[in-house]
Amino acid sequence: MTVSFFILAALTIAGTVAAMSLRNLVHCVLALTLGFAGLAALYLQLGAQFVGFTQILVYVGAVAILAMFAIMMTQRAGAVAQPVFTPSRMPGWIAGGMIASAVFAVLAWAIHSSAALPKTLPPQALPSQADAGVRAIGNALMHRFVLPLEIMGLLLTAALIGAVLVAMQEQQEMP
Amino acid sequence: MLGEGILKGLAETARNFLGSYVSKDRLTTVQFPEERLPHIEAARSFPFLVYDGEDWQQGMRCVSCLICEKECPPKCIFIEKSKDKKPDATGKPQFYPVVFNIDVSVCMSCQICVEVCPFDAIKMDVEFELSTNDRFGGLLWDKERLAKSNAYYGKIHPTEAAAVDAQLAEERAKLEAKAKLAAEAKTATVATPPAQPLRETSETTEGSGA
Amino acid sequence: MPATVDQIFVICKHWLLGFAPAGVQPIFSALLSVVPILVVFPLLFAITTVLERKGLGRIQNRYGPNRVGPCGFFQPIADGIKSLTKEDVVPATADRVAHFLAPLLLVAAAFLAYAVLPIGRNMVVANLNAGVLFFFAVGSMVELAVFMAGWASRSKYSLLGAMRAIAQMISYEVPLVLASVVVIMAAGSLSTVAIVNAQVGYTGIWPHWFVFTPWGFAGFVLFMIAATAESNRSPFDLPEGESEIIAGYYIEYSGFKFALFFLGEYLGMFATSGMAITLFLGGWAAPFSFLTWIPSYVWFFAKLLTLIAGFIWIRGTLPRLRMDQLMSFAWKFMLPMTLLNIFAAGVWHFMPAGYARWLACIALVVAPFLLLGRGLQQEKKSGIRSYRFAE
Repeated sequence: MTVSFFILAALTIAGTVAAMSLRNLVHCVLALTLGFAGLAALYLQLGAQFVGFTQILVYVGAVAILAMFAIMMTQRAGAVAQPVFTPSRMPGWIAGGMIASAVFAVLAWAIHSSAALPKTLPPQALPSQADAGVRAIGNALMHRFVLPLEIMGLLLTAALIGAVLVAMQEQQEMP
Repeated sequence: MLGEGILKGLAETARNFLGSYVSKDRLTTVQFPEERLPHIEAARSFPFLVYDGEDWQQGMRCVSCLICEKECPPKCIFIEKSKDKKPDATGKPQFYPVVFNIDVSVCMSCQICVEVCPFDAIKMDVEFELSTNDRFGGLLWDKERLAKSNAYYGKIHPTEAAAVDAQLAEERAKLEAKAKLAAEAKTATVATPPAQPLRETSETTEGSGA
Repeated sequence: MPATVDQIFVICKHWLLGFAPAGVQPIFSALLSVVPILVVFPLLFAITTVLERKGLGRIQNRYGPNRVGPCGFFQPIADGIKSLTKEDVVPATADRVAHFLAPLLLVAAAFLAYAVLPIGRNMVVANLNAGVLFFFAVGSMVELAVFMAGWASRSKYSLLGAMRAIAQMISYEVPLVLASVVVIMAAGSLSTVAIVNAQVGYTGIWPHWFVFTPWGFAGFVLFMIAATAESNRSPFDLPEGESEIIAGYYIEYSGFKFALFFLGEYLGMFATSGMAITLFLGGWAAPFSFLTWIPSYVWFFAKLLTLIAGFIWIRGTLPRLRMDQLMSFAWKFMLPMTLLNIFAAGVWHFMPAGYARWLACIALVVAPFLLLGRGLQQEKKSGIRSYRFAE
């Protein structure tokens, strides 16, 4: 818990809050990107270089752009949405909050009861383990978790082929 | 094979690159302010007003008939016609433009004014270094700025100017011949000095023409 | 003596660090590493602009800039003064914040990439374990900056340019990363320093660079093609195609912000070239064993300038691609080639050293090249163009 942690945490929270509350959707995505970047910086601070850089590569580089494209193709970017915090929206806020906390609880439980996590953290383990981070992840993916990895790869390939098929069908419909 | 064309292209550009250091005649650049290409005779930039003789005010061919002003597509010509007449280069009294302005920031160098001018008074210039600090006043050219001698015209467009000069000379000769005939007819009836009627007859013919 | 010259900058840094009090030493050390990069590479950018213009001029049988200073070499100074003193125009409808942030983000991302480039022996800002990954992660931030610039300008041309740029960058990022995977496989590390160290060594006088293997050569060529596309340079300069969309995503920028975009683009080009050097051309290693007395950073910059000259040469040669050609080249040629190249690298890794290994790997690289190349060329015989959404 250092100063840098608090700065990064504040940055992440500010980014995500802004992503929810800003009125211009493109600004929302940009703010969300800031949140992603802050999260990546937090990973890096924990010594998880691979996860941190992958976070930047995937979320800042790809997901943000994807969200941007989705917004621009579905509606006008200049359109101003209604204010976010209104009394009429309270039920929605409560429901959203409950779902969010439920997801968070499940995740926390899963991580806490995970066998991958050592029960007692050695005090100075994190910085020195950082050197082995990439190798350890690679070993885990290729040995212990090879089946889930392959299933995910299959799933993604299926989705890719599906997307291509949908696009091809659309092209055939056009004379 | 894929990439063959790219390699050929690379070889060609490499040949150009190295060749430009070896042989100077490969380089097509003209180092402008120091070196200049001879200007092309058919080139044109903006119109100018032709005058005969030495004095631009006296010799200006323009009789301010306003045809060019009316024909100009972007309306860049402004002429104010004179109330009185002044003798032109040949000594014949003519109307003259009190004001003749061309806004070259509007002019599109279409040459229509030149085509329609019945007096060969307006021609296209070839001067192109026309930049100025004053984008309004500096680009609105007045009569003085526009006036250029027939000799200059002959220099920039030799073939065209020769044709124009020949035609003008022919017209003038015709007029003189006519005047001479009229004078002879007059002298047959009334005895008068020959110089005076010449001017009168030429004036009447001009007036009927306009 | 050669060792001292080689390490002169490292020694200087340690000597200077000695003057700093213990409390500020980490920050001082970081500054001493970062400031030279912030000075050297923009300087290289300035030199490259004038060299590029002169080179392109010579390719087209002209002189190129030759007015400012001796042989026109002070041209970048004139350009810099001009862009600094120009009026900074922001369109009235532009999103001012994003419009302002986009060039900064672009240049910052471009500079960050230099953190993992070893520009000499023991000369790297940050020896990260996931260095290569860091490089690509930072490179992907450029896309966001480009999109911000295109969107915030609220201009059709800039938005079109940004769309083109993003489509192109995302498409070519895949082969770029996959082309570098072979090196990561061979070196067994994501650290740039480790990758260079794996290539320092000589058989006789010949170096152990990865480019001197079948998969390494193919990987290098593929990487450079993808790098050209990533840095939006000709023939992949669709995002800024002057004749079509004027300047693409930075059309609404003027003055110094425009110069920043220009700087960012060139810095990106240098960074990807530096990465190609690190991955395939042995980083700072000398090309022959008898040339090792020349300092390592000299070799790095010599290789960098060679690659830049290559970029300029390509730019002077090839016309711009069409959008569909660009995409089919990325997905129907680059992607399968890089994937097969990874396979070839795997075969190389598991076969015993000898001629059989060379032959197998060369066959694995050349055969798909010929087949895929033929496929690309047959595509040219398309019928009448049909426009789906033009009516």
